[in-house]
Amino acid sequence: MKELKILAVIVVFTGITYWGVEPLAHSIFHPHVAPADFKFADLDRFEAEGTVANGKSQVEMNCIACHGIESEGIVAPMDKQTANMSYGVVPPDLSLAGAIYDETFLAGFIKNPAKATKTEHKFTGGKMHPMPGYDWMSNEDIASIIAYLKEVSTKKLEKEALELKAEMNSTQDSTEQEAIKKAAEKAHRKEVFENACGRCHDMKYAKIEATSDVSNYMGSTPPDLSMMIIARGEKYLTTFINDPQKHLHGTAMPRVGLNENAQKAVIKYMEETGDSKKEEREALAPWVLGFLGIMVILSFLWKKEVWSEVK
Amino acid sequence: MAHFPKAHGVGEWLDHRLNITALKKVMMTEYWIPKDINFLWAMGMILAFTFKILLISGIFLLMYYKPDVNAAFDSVNYTIMQEVGYGWLFRHIHAVGASVIFLVIYIHMFTGIYYGSYKKGREMIWLSGMLLLILFSAEAFSGYMLPWGQMSYWAAYVITNIFGGIPLIGDELVVWIRGNFYVADATLTRFFMLHVLLVPLAIMGGIAFHFYTLRIPHVNNQTGEDIDFGKEAEKYKENPKRSKIIPFWPVFMAKDVFVLSVFLLFFFYLVFYNYGFAMDPVNFDPANGLKTPAHIYPEWYFLWSYEVLRGFFFDIGPLKAADIGLLAFGFAQAILLFMPWLDRSPTVAPANQRPYFRYWFWIMIVVLIVLTIYGKLPPTGTNAWIGFASSIAFIVMFAILPVITEKEARTVAGGKK
Ligand code: HEC
Ligand code: HEC
Ligand code: HEM
Repeated sequence: MKELKILAVIVVFTGITYWGVEPLAHSIFHPHVAPADFKFADLDRFEAEGTVANGKSQVEMNCIACHGIESEGIVAPMDKQTANMSYGVVPPDLSLAGAIYDETFLAGFIKNPAKATKTEHKFTGGKMHPMPGYDWMSNEDIASIIAYLKEVSTKKLEKEALELKAEMNSTQDSTEQEAIKKAAEKAHRKEVFENACGRCHDMKYAKIEATSDVSNYMGSTPPDLSMMIIARGEKYLTTFINDPQKHLHGTAMPRVGLNENAQKAVIKYMEETGDSKKEEREALAPWVLGFLGIMVILSFLWKKEVWSEVK
Repeated sequence: MAHFPKAHGVGEWLDHRLNITALKKVMMTEYWIPKDINFLWAMGMILAFTFKILLISGIFLLMYYKPDVNAAFDSVNYTIMQEVGYGWLFRHIHAVGASVIFLVIYIHMFTGIYYGSYKKGREMIWLSGMLLLILFSAEAFSGYMLPWGQMSYWAAYVITNIFGGIPLIGDELVVWIRGNFYVADATLTRFFMLHVLLVPLAIMGGIAFHFYTLRIPHVNNQTGEDIDFGKEAEKYKENPKRSKIIPFWPVFMAKDVFVLSVFLLFFFYLVFYNYGFAMDPVNFDPANGLKTPAHIYPEWYFLWSYEVLRGFFFDIGPLKAADIGLLAFGFAQAILLFMPWLDRSPTVAPANQRPYFRYWFWIMIVVLIVLTIYGKLPPTGTNAWIGFASSIAFIVMFAILPVITEKEARTVAGGKK
């Protein structure tokens, strides 16, 4: 039929134009980069056994001079403002470190923070990373620190799981239980986000304010992350967070070394903040499109009837 | 004073006072449209309907939008998108509507060009349509500034800067348009006014005028046949099947409503599932005058003329690249207005039945698509040369149009009629 032929011509020309200004243009603006590497293959493989007890004493000797471990009742030695002034950035609390950072990365980071975060280009000419490297430490001690941090996180998460269970048991209503569970999961994602990104970035729409003012230390103010899920998209974030240098060569943002699960939680939380109506949108769509589908059929029948009298 | 007899029923009462029976005849049941048309003739009504969608969704957005450089971004991305019930829906509808209306405008225009619907008494339809294109461009440009994202800011910066190239008054003109030396709060508030008041008012007037210009020449048809509407109207009343025309209501509209429904299905698919093309990701970064985005480009519907502007990227003799670009840009903006006079052949027929014009039409479409695509890509290396070549092609195409249509007029001996 002639009208279908006309439609086909329009669809082809519109399709080519769309392809050119959307997929093609975006693929040129954001060249393809290698997929996220959660093995951190550029860092040395690390094979050593450690013990939780040794780790505990190593951490107490070396780390809590700067870091707090809230879940163990260890408060940070300095208030945020003083810490910010001393180091240029507030050292993050380590309660969750064992759960959110990759092991290979952690080992590499403790040995040489600038190298593991791929920010050596920022620390030249006598400038030092605010956290000292512990490359003098034996591999066993470092393995012990990691074992201890893992133990700390596991304890914290197990405790939270028990609390959640108790709270869920306080009601019989299954939808309410579901809601409690969802809220707890979201709170966890928020905590991961605050641990991993919250010392540098604001997230206004989730009422999160960065713990530090890193503009001096970083040389630029990290952007607010509220709308990043839309501004950059999930695909970009997946490779960017895993290794910022891949997209912004020479950037001050460190590789934070999240493991795959933690990074997923961060991105999910960014989506919940920047695209909070996604569920509502996806739920409404079939109704509207279904209604219009029926309109198409009805209007086609009406057209046929009216035109049968004139043609 | 007129005599008002007692009315039986509301309809009659109104009829006595407003003469609605006659009005209905003139506007609907005896407003004649050719029968030999295809769905492309429904584009006008789709445009009118999409404009209505934009108006209504815009009114909802207006209730929460704040025209202030410190509040605009959050009022859109937080208040409207996340707090207000279904605010996101209205924003998606408005953004997708603004983008899709241009697609339909272009289809509508090229339907007119293909069937020669701008000739022989239909010149005013064409001119009023071009007026609408200009008004919609102003509406789209001013609206794009409102979310005050990076693209809002930098597109406003680049486009207002273009006026700086105008000799003598350029610099003052830029300041006058911006209301400041740089793009600032004063720029936002004045474009806000244009977007929600002045331009929509002008568009409504423009649409009324466009509809009025259709009345005397009537719309064209698939073969370009010159129909005697008086005679065909008589025939229609005897036997609708034998007449070459149909009434606007209900026959023409029955088809329009069907095409409109299909269009709306597509439209709402975009609203829910594929809206990124209408809401550029970069515009979800808040405006920052100190941080230039890596790539600055206008919305897709302006890309072809933007590419003509930057296609001339090197100086020629004493002429600066920027000045040549500006001249070419001015040419591109204005030349389509003169379509009815550039086409020298009196033949009103589909392009494919016209000897040279058939090539001209399809080449023109290809040139415009190439300009559009390269208007977005970075203008470096071969891209720059393709942009240059297609800008030249665009100008040459319009330069040869009078020549080939003149030739057509001579070979077809005065045209078809
Ligand atoms: C002199 C103070 C100081 C000491 C001592 C210190 N840190 Fe840090 N640490 C910091 C600072 C400051 C940062 C934040 C660095 C940044 O944001 O660039 C940090 C960051 C971290 C991070 C987050 C890494 C990431 O990828 O985001 C971990 C984990 C960490 N430290 C573990 C440790 C451990 C384990 C020790 C003990 C072996 C330790 N730190 C000792 C100051 C210190
Ligand atoms: C130690 C400070 C620091 C931490 C921790 C940090 N960032 Fe950043 N981030 C920055 C800085 C500085 C920039 C600006 C980089 C630039 O413009 O070159 C930045 C930029 C960004 C950008 C914008 C990139 C772009 O394309 O413009 C995103 C997205 C981002 N960070 C996400 C994150 C996420 C998610 C986390 C947590 C997993 C995180 N950042 C943790 C300092 C940090
Ligand atoms: C958004 C704004 C516009 C609206 C609402 C609109 C509406 C309409 C309507 C309802 C018709 C009659 C039905 C049809 O042929 O489709 C029409 C016809 C026409 N319009 Fe538009 N139009 C718009 C923009 C334009 C533009 C930008 C142009 C090109 C410059 C244009 C050129 C024409 C022409 C040439 C016709 C006559 C078609 C024929 O005779 O077959 N219009 N318009």
